[in-house]
Amino acid sequence: MKVTVTVNGAEYVRDVEPRLLLIHLLRDELGLTGSHWGCDTSNCGACVVWLDETPVKSCTVLAVMADGRHVMTVEGLGSGTSLDPVQLGFAQCHGLQCGFCTPGMMLTARWLLNRNRDPSAAEVREAISGQICRCTGYENIVRAVLWAAKNGGTE
Amino acid sequence: MQVPAQVEYEKATSVEHAISLLARYGSAARVLAGGHSLIPMMKLRLAQPEVLIDINGITDLCYVNLTGAELRIGTLTRHVQLLESQIAGEHFAILHDAERVIADPIVRNWGTVGGSLCQADPSEDLSAAFAAMKSTMVIQGPDGRREVSAREFHTGPYETVVGPAELLTEITLPIRPGGGSGYQKVARRTGDWPVGAAGAAVWLTGDTIADAGIGLTAVGATHFAAAEAEEYLRGRTATEETLARAGEIAAENCRPVTDQRGPADYKRHLACELTTRALRLAVARAHGQAA
Repeated sequence: MKVTVTVNGAEYVRDVEPRLLLIHLLRDELGLTGSHWGCDTSNCGACVVWLDETPVKSCTVLAVMADGRHVMTVEGLGSGTSLDPVQLGFAQCHGLQCGFCTPGMMLTARWLLNRNRDPSAAEVREAISGQICRCTGYENIVRAVLWAAKNGGTE
Repeated sequence: MQVPAQVEYEKATSVEHAISLLARYGSAARVLAGGHSLIPMMKLRLAQPEVLIDINGITDLCYVNLTGAELRIGTLTRHVQLLESQIAGEHFAILHDAERVIADPIVRNWGTVGGSLCQADPSEDLSAAFAAMKSTMVIQGPDGRREVSAREFHTGPYETVVGPAELLTEITLPIRPGGGSGYQKVARRTGDWPVGAAGAAVWLTGDTIADAGIGLTAVGATHFAAAEAEEYLRGRTATEETLARAGEIAAENCRPVTDQRGPADYKRHLACELTTRALRLAVARAHGQAA
């Protein structure tokens, strides 16, 4: 069936099977491979993207459910040549090792900072508690988000 | 790679439209709300509906509001909306306690209250919370609406009284004087299903328990409730000994099973201890002595 989805501000129209998952629409149909496909069971959070105003796990959302909605992926963070403070924070604080969880972590961090300009470390941990860093680099992820809060905060 | 089987898809635009679609497709159809239980089950082929009726467009079903002496919750309300609803927390702290430990923040953004209840997982947190609060479920179908007590809603694991052409549309919770409530859960890790969990509500007259509600999940309690312990509490003074005894009675009357989350005797221990802790919290809140 035909779906119209706005991804990072650009409108896409595709003819998809109803069983197609949003993560596969983004990666395989639209070529936006920044969103990662991990556990397939909504546990790991590598596939987190924004659906309208909130982050969701896109391996557990059908592409047809995004019809008429706005999606933001990691490719939509920052603008052109300027990085989002969250991206700068991950660079400054060594917030990534292998990088597999990073897109999802950054999208959740952006959502958190938009709602809470000055989160505590505990609030950062709570926000990312549904996402797994396989390198177990959580300390630096938390530091990166707190750095972003201090150096630029909201978009 | 986990992929659901082929399926047809219909987008419902209103409750009436959803019911007419459900009536047309019968048991071949499943309602798709947040999909955070249904889609994983479809990937594993544990569920293979022929048609999905997507109700995410029925925004009329997203609300938490106060009408008279009742809190009303629309079933498409996302978990995060219930967690952030001030009026829900003010009158029913148990709902915020439970929502805070359901899955994780990202899942709570999209998963729905009604979806959780209709999935009817025997370890579901909200089923115990609504059983404790003696809530009412509002179900709509081709012949109009009917109301069912939370304790008559589930007919077994993954089964409810909602018929093939019906939709759960609202949960109502009566606000009664002297009330306090709380929820206590033990899980292996953040976001997991409970090893055991208990919700409690008390309605006090002075120090006397005029009425009590106890909900249990993941421990094989009939209708997610501990009716014998509630009966014991009614009319008694809310002392530490009384609450501890109610916990023991709750544990004696549930039937936990050993599984990968823990052995049956540990779950029975949790039923006792968590019931007592939830009651203690509910009493403190009824007295205005706990947040």
